[in-house]
Amino acid sequence: MSASTAAATRRPPPWRDVRVLRVALQALFLLAVVSLVLFLLDNLVFNLRRLGIETGFGFLDQPAGFAIPDSDFRSSQSVRAAIFQGARTTLVVALAGIALATVLGIVVGVARLSPNWLVRRTAALYVESFRNVPVLLIIIFLYLAVFLRLPPIGRAVEWVDVFVLSNRGLVVPSLAGTGSTGPFLAVVVVGLAAAVATWIWRTRRFDATGQPHHRVLWALGVVVAIVAVGFLATGRPYGLSLPERGDLGVAHGFRLGPEYAALLFGLVLYTASHIAEIVRGSILAVSRGQGEAADALGLSPFQRLRLVVLPQAFRIMIPPLANQYLNLTKNSSLGIAISVYEVTKVTRVSIAQGSPAPQAIAILMLVYLVISLSIAFVTNLVNRRLALP
Amino acid sequence: MSVLEPTAQEPMPVPEPPRRTVGPRAWARENLFSGPANTAVSIVFGLLLAWVAYRVGRFVLVDARWEIIERNLENLLVFRYPRDELWRLWGALFVLAAGFGLAAGIGSRGAAHATALTALRRAAPMLVLVGVLLAFAGSLQATLLVAGVTATAVLARLAGTRLALRGRIAPVIGLASLLAAYLLVAHFGGVGWRDWGGFHLTIFLAVGGIVLSFPLGVLLALGRRSRLPAVRWVCIAYIELIRGVPLITILFMGAFMLGFFLPEGVDTPSAVTRALVAITIFTSAYVAEIVRGGLQSVPRGQVEAAQALGLSTLKTTRLIVLPQALRAVIPATVGQFISLFKDTSLVFIVGLTELLGVAEAITKQPDFLAQGLLVETLLFAAFVYWAGSYWMSRESQRLEQRLGVGER
Repeated sequence: MSASTAAATRRPPPWRDVRVLRVALQALFLLAVVSLVLFLLDNLVFNLRRLGIETGFGFLDQPAGFAIPDSDFRSSQSVRAAIFQGARTTLVVALAGIALATVLGIVVGVARLSPNWLVRRTAALYVESFRNVPVLLIIIFLYLAVFLRLPPIGRAVEWVDVFVLSNRGLVVPSLAGTGSTGPFLAVVVVGLAAAVATWIWRTRRFDATGQPHHRVLWALGVVVAIVAVGFLATGRPYGLSLPERGDLGVAHGFRLGPEYAALLFGLVLYTASHIAEIVRGSILAVSRGQGEAADALGLSPFQRLRLVVLPQAFRIMIPPLANQYLNLTKNSSLGIAISVYEVTKVTRVSIAQGSPAPQAIAILMLVYLVISLSIAFVTNLVNRRLALP
Repeated sequence: MSVLEPTAQEPMPVPEPPRRTVGPRAWARENLFSGPANTAVSIVFGLLLAWVAYRVGRFVLVDARWEIIERNLENLLVFRYPRDELWRLWGALFVLAAGFGLAAGIGSRGAAHATALTALRRAAPMLVLVGVLLAFAGSLQATLLVAGVTATAVLARLAGTRLALRGRIAPVIGLASLLAAYLLVAHFGGVGWRDWGGFHLTIFLAVGGIVLSFPLGVLLALGRRSRLPAVRWVCIAYIELIRGVPLITILFMGAFMLGFFLPEGVDTPSAVTRALVAITIFTSAYVAEIVRGGLQSVPRGQVEAAQALGLSTLKTTRLIVLPQALRAVIPATVGQFISLFKDTSLVFIVGLTELLGVAEAITKQPDFLAQGLLVETLLFAAFVYWAGSYWMSRESQRLEQRLGVGER
């Protein structure tokens, strides 16, 4: 008590008091940052006014003035709608790319540790050649030198109505609704619920009795059976839309345009080469004893990988993997180089059509920030669930 | 304890494990044909690889029309740089070879002595690249000059290991040679970066980007770990904002917005300057995260010891924390440099003609128009990027091992 009062009476003068100095320093720093930002903003508004460019965000409601190929977007719709359409394309490309790159990356990463010399070297060759080349170059190469060089539609590569491959892209069969699809979708939901219930039941039974659970087979069987019965009972609401090649193009089916294919495969090939290295490193980081213990228990090499090594490797893998997912999402902006209308290309075109550049680019950055933060949020959740308590 | 002491002092000679001498047949049986499944996989992959090798080999050696590269080699490397002033670039190469050779020599003191064979293997990607470039150039003069540059680098490295120079001078020598090379190329009658292009521009953007963003990144990292909340939050906001958006959006910002932010009367800078500013803004956020990792790796005891000695916060950071932290982040910084080296290709999208831009542009020359030569030019560009970044990534792995094991 007395010590503290003594300290209080012997307070240093304000210019040597740490607490005062800290507050003063921060105030000074904030003042500098704020005045810099204000200076830039002031210049921005001044220059925009000087050039007669609007300073607000009213341009979002103006008609876009351009159409987006391969979509329903018309040029009379607003800039806002165009940006949403572009953001959707970005998301679709990113999610599809993440899924494919993960699968390819895990396969190649495991292959790099294969006991077979040839497999090991092939995987290493793939990783080292794609990892060290700019992803933009890969994308442009795939687009201009591979997908646009495919045979024209008249000489398209066809395989019994299942796919048509030409320089207009790849066309594959798709599902097309032919009647009322509502009841059938309800049946599908019921089937999935039943499958989950079966899964839980088989797992409980396995826990209780120790008999083989075969839960994957059981759950699949249940869902397939229910969906098949439902499909027939509701009057076959879906038909298969098979591609039909004409002289000028392909009718029906789902078409993956050459530019989308180039962007997607470019991102996947590049990112998978990075993911493969992460997978390899994580598997090597799982202690050797774990694999040896699995061998001692008589697990097959596949079981050893699937049940013992990979689950532990996943835990190590998640943070760097999340980084690669973010990179892939951001790299999808390179679609602009080959005219994929994702959000960057849409923004670029709308600037060319007269949208004010500063605001449009600010919105573009916001879109990427939202997507990046969402992916970071999801991977953080997964990481927390997998982390050791 | 006393019973064990003699053995602890004189360790029993550990018998060497028996050398495994495996003949080619046994090796093949173990690695390729150890079972029916393995045999099948080997055959399938062997056929697949043979087919790919055949197609690639046939294209590269027979079908490809490399004439476009032969005739445009100078364009690909330096684009519009005046041919009369090319001696400046060669001079810059000599300066860089001397400076970096000396720095590498100083830095490698105390490392295991490298034999000629390991040195060759380490430099293999670079040697292949230089060999291919010289094969395309097909000129005696260029070959002699390259030999001169190589000899300068080797001699400077030897000198670096012998001369009694202090270790901390190595980065200074490296930076000084960069500055000298830049001045030689751009000033005193040279050509400023506004008109640079080709591989020259690629290297300039990558090196300039990392050199400019490093100090900024160090400041941001220190700010992020500051005890002053206002400083910390501003730095976190900057770093996370930049890391959340793609480089191309920042390049757009440079291309379309930088002019808007400048006060009236200031001319809008050239496209190369704008790209360099954007790259610096982008890279500094990543460098900041790398440096933060390095700062966190410095043990707390170091700071506490410095405080016990009565050093001020500034002195603690400058003399104790930063030297250790920066040493630890060298490999990661090289990694960032590699990814920047590849990312410079993005300036192609905002209209600059670096390596990728030239590779695309030369296919539109009247002599080569519409002949589908893009495969050749893009493969050439890809090879140049590949050789550079493969070489650097192997070097950074080596560096990582050395710094990890080194005297710490």
